[in-house]
Amino acid sequence: MSPERRQFLAWGAAAAAGSALAPGLRLVELAQARSPEEAASKLQRWGLLIDITKCGGCDDCVTACHAENGVSGHGRPETDAQWIRKLSVRDKRTGYAQALPLMCQHCEHPPCVDVCPTGASFKRDDGIVLVDKHTCIGCRYCVLACPYGARSFIHEAVSGQKADVPRGKGTVESCTLCVHRVDRGETPACVEACNRDGGKAMAFGDLNDAASAIHRRLKSEASGQIRADLALNTGVRYQGL
Amino acid sequence: MASVQYREIEGRSGAYLALLGVLGALVLAGLGAAWLMEHEGHHITGMTNRIVWGTPHVFAVFLIVAASGALNVASIASVFGRELYKPLARLSALLAITLLAGGLAVLVLDLGRPDRLIVAMTHYNFKSVFAWNIFLYTGFFAVVALYLWTMLERRMNGYTRRAGVLAFLWRLVLTTGTGSIFGFLVAREPYAGALMAPLFIVMSFSFGLAVFVLVLMAACRWSGRSLGDAVLGRLRSLLGVFVATVLYFVAVQHLSNLYIARQHELERFFLLEGGVYTALFWLGQVLVGGVLPLALLFGAASRGALAAAAACVIAGGFAQLYVLIIGGQAYPQQMFPEKEVASSFFDGVVASYAPSLPEVALGAGGVALALALTVVALRVLPFLPASLADADVDVLGGTA
Repeated sequence: MSPERRQFLAWGAAAAAGSALAPGLRLVELAQARSPEEAASKLQRWGLLIDITKCGGCDDCVTACHAENGVSGHGRPETDAQWIRKLSVRDKRTGYAQALPLMCQHCEHPPCVDVCPTGASFKRDDGIVLVDKHTCIGCRYCVLACPYGARSFIHEAVSGQKADVPRGKGTVESCTLCVHRVDRGETPACVEACNRDGGKAMAFGDLNDAASAIHRRLKSEASGQIRADLALNTGVRYQGL
Repeated sequence: MASVQYREIEGRSGAYLALLGVLGALVLAGLGAAWLMEHEGHHITGMTNRIVWGTPHVFAVFLIVAASGALNVASIASVFGRELYKPLARLSALLAITLLAGGLAVLVLDLGRPDRLIVAMTHYNFKSVFAWNIFLYTGFFAVVALYLWTMLERRMNGYTRRAGVLAFLWRLVLTTGTGSIFGFLVAREPYAGALMAPLFIVMSFSFGLAVFVLVLMAACRWSGRSLGDAVLGRLRSLLGVFVATVLYFVAVQHLSNLYIARQHELERFFLLEGGVYTALFWLGQVLVGGVLPLALLFGAASRGALAAAAACVIAGGFAQLYVLIIGGQAYPQQMFPEKEVASSFFDGVVASYAPSLPEVALGAGGVALALALTVVALRVLPFLPASLADADVDVLGGTA
């Protein structure tokens, strides 16, 4: 058998094995995902760990988030929604510069949830902070209350909405941690994009699960929260801040 | 106890109808602005994702704060037993209701989804100060209406004091709630703190009395009723004390911040480098809203000076709320102390804001609604004494 032929057969066998196994692996993934009927559980606390020493000049996380969630602008940056943004941070004295992505920090004690008069701002049992688009009256008190400027008010009619991500003029919205993907057992779009095309700075996982990579890293490596002084116990943690 | 004669205003003159017509037109303009904002979305206003509460909120908060303050005159009569204020109590309670109605109308019509008001009435998050305020506002209407009933219905007069005490306590809680809307914002350096509640209470004393004085003077003048110096003299001293108290609280607020290193930038913004906000603070809030009225109230005894002082207090009050509400949002949130921050969301820079016509129209519509309700109510029910001449109030201890 010629080496070329042998290599061809090896590739072919690998491809066959892959295609035979892939659906099975997909099934495992689906089996681990929560069914739509199953309520979110307090046993989990979804969160992100962002190593900003690896976060460079790209904004792949921002692009992926807004594509995934159908968040498009009208060319009016002051009123257009931003679910995630890149922040440039520079020390006033030394000039040391860093960049980091900022989104809803999915606090354990979210000020936005505290202040919402109707309870439209709420926290799921698994720690994801969301806005119920049916009960938000558009008072914007939560926007004022958020320490991170993470929320946007929808200033004009929206188009091109995604089936999983309802949006509407006159209500407030913010990062959902891609709850529709998380419920399918996937990772948020920003994390996926960062690890595929960006600096591999973002990790997603269950902060409560002792076996998860994010839990192990948080246990063994230094990390911090933005505005830790507020003691909100954020679900999004940063390294290298 | 001397009895006071109250009488409705006639309300048949051309001037009365013209006044109602102007106020009605302003209300319509306000409604039109709200309709436009609701249909087009808030992008047609000056408000942005950084300045989410704009000019309508300045008007709404002013009216709500003034509403509880307008009740003070009645409280002084019913709770503290000052007979001279008794003839003024009905108008005082009326203004409390109408000003609150005007303020709430603005607040509600500015919502992103005003059509969902019913949701706000059926879904409550009891940890939200806003939700408490919904009860405080509706309760205030009920309590003051009850209070008015005890004053207007002779058989109920015996209960006036009790109703007055309840209304007085309610208004203190109400303004505590309004101040706490800002005071409880932990992440906003310009607001967070317990001082907001008492500051709002003294602001309400001052703004509410200023509105009351102007409405009383206009109502007496236009309906040809005499208004003696005894009443005006008392109101003048009272307003002076309130204006000075507001200045004191503002001074304490800024002096405390100046002592705290991490608040230095905040104070530099408001007191020195904040552009329009610094100008409005010193010229609007302090000079026009504080120093000038004090000079007018204690330096001249004329009616014109009192009216001018009251107008100054109102203008200064608007300036103060503009600086607090809009300036407080324009000042960038401090997420990274000692760092310069920049982003597509305008982090780290002072947010730009300019009031838009729809916002001003909506706010002015709320003021017009409050005044129109007052003007109509004065014609329908006997809120205004037939005479406040010195001789008529003398028996009440006016010159004592």
